[in-house]
Amino acid sequence: MIIRKPSDLRYSAVTPKQVYLNRRRFLGAAPIALGALLGSRAAQATTKLAGVTKSSYTVDEKLTPLDVITHYNNFYEFGTDKEDPSRNAQNFRTSPWMVKVEGEVAKPKVLDLDALMKLAPLEERIYRHRCVEAWSIVVPWVGYSLNALLKEVEPTSKAKFVAFESYYDRKQMPQGTWAGIQFPYVEGLRLDEAMNPLALLAVGLYGETLPPQDGAPFRLVVPWKYGFKSIKSIVKIRLVEKMPPTTWNLSAPQEYGFYSNVNPEVDHPRWSQAKERRLGEFLKRNTLKFNGYGEQVASLYTGMDLRKNY
Amino acid sequence: MKKVLSNRWTKVVLFVLCLVPLVWLGWRAYKQDLTANPIEYITHFTGDWTIRFLLITLAVTPLRKLFNQPQLARFRRMLGLFAFFYGCLHLMTWLGLDKFFDLSEMWKDVIKRRFITAGMTAFLLMLPLAITSTAGWVRRLGFVRWQRLHRLIYFSALAGVVHYYWLVKSDVRLPLMYFAIWAVLMCYRATVWLRAPHRKQPGRVTIPSTASLPD
Repeated sequence: MIIRKPSDLRYSAVTPKQVYLNRRRFLGAAPIALGALLGSRAAQATTKLAGVTKSSYTVDEKLTPLDVITHYNNFYEFGTDKEDPSRNAQNFRTSPWMVKVEGEVAKPKVLDLDALMKLAPLEERIYRHRCVEAWSIVVPWVGYSLNALLKEVEPTSKAKFVAFESYYDRKQMPQGTWAGIQFPYVEGLRLDEAMNPLALLAVGLYGETLPPQDGAPFRLVVPWKYGFKSIKSIVKIRLVEKMPPTTWNLSAPQEYGFYSNVNPEVDHPRWSQAKERRLGEFLKRNTLKFNGYGEQVASLYTGMDLRKNY
Repeated sequence: MKKVLSNRWTKVVLFVLCLVPLVWLGWRAYKQDLTANPIEYITHFTGDWTIRFLLITLAVTPLRKLFNQPQLARFRRMLGLFAFFYGCLHLMTWLGLDKFFDLSEMWKDVIKRRFITAGMTAFLLMLPLAITSTAGWVRRLGFVRWQRLHRLIYFSALAGVVHYYWLVKSDVRLPLMYFAIWAVLMCYRATVWLRAPHRKQPGRVTIPSTASLPD
């Protein structure tokens, strides 16, 4: 009997025509089962992640369908329309992938994807995700706490902040030229924020590797902050002494602060942050302070004026 | 060309064409294909078409003069009314689906958020133009006064473009393009006005747009 390896299987060979002609039903009906069949070599199909355990860092809310999570993205390197990344990121090369972890650390590292996947046990965490544009989704991420990686590299006493940098390649991301913000995209956290177990390094969602438009292969998820803090497709993590620059803050400092904690009491200068539209729902919901994660993170900001440190 | 433009069916065809965006939106709604955030999509779509129709309306006079096609004026009122129509849809989408008809919330936003102030300005400037678009109102106001009033469309279109520019986060290509089109159309008018030999003579208003009124 010939046992076919996933790499021998072709996308067209395993996917019934009826299914792949109807993207929405295909995604809605059997994302996990099909994903497993597609195999790792299939162009940009995601792969099922093995050995994922359920985490206690989870909210009990209705999940946003995969179809929505993969077709409503802000990933300006691939275009500024919400549906642009789903179209333009399909051939994004995420392998090989290297992530440098450097700066104020005792043990700087360069990690490939394999090493990143094995760095800590993979957990599924269902997080609320609130965009600064006042919409929100609920996502079952797969990953592990950022602090697992940081502990590996042993930050020195000088390390006060963590700076992140996204991959940028004009050839693969020609649409980024017109985005109106500078690339590579950079983000940052204070070290104590980064060490909070809620700060997640995600390698997957819905039990599979990340689709390119959602920040493949490796991204940050900071659920108590506006979505743009959760930097995608990370290639560099640098521990630094001073507060690092962040992309949206560079673009419009009066609108996007370094902290950017979800806060219904502090409006964006151009729109209210008091409510949000959960994608798929008709009526708006009230936005929760720290996106509902106050219990875990509010203490990080004791004594700080959150109006000034927006 | 002149024959086509003066044919009465041309206006019917144009009317149907102006409805294409709405039909397209309706079709996508029927197919449940209005993106993951339908309310935002409808808002942006109707807003986009309001600005487009304002600019198309503003283009009628320059095109008419440049290509010497006086019959084009027949379509101007209809195009302007379509701008108002899509503007109403845009406003109602925002008011109904975003503010849920909470008028106090609405006014708070109009006062507080400058992009909404600009958008509301654009709409309010269109309102008197839509009301006085009939032949009766041209007669009541007198053509010169009526024409003067209808120059408000310059500012309505500008306010619409500014509204859009202030709304976007960083990719300002489209609002800038709309602004460029507006600026070109206004430059044309400024040039014509500056070159007119007897600016103050009322007789200078040579091509009466009332040509379109009887049909």
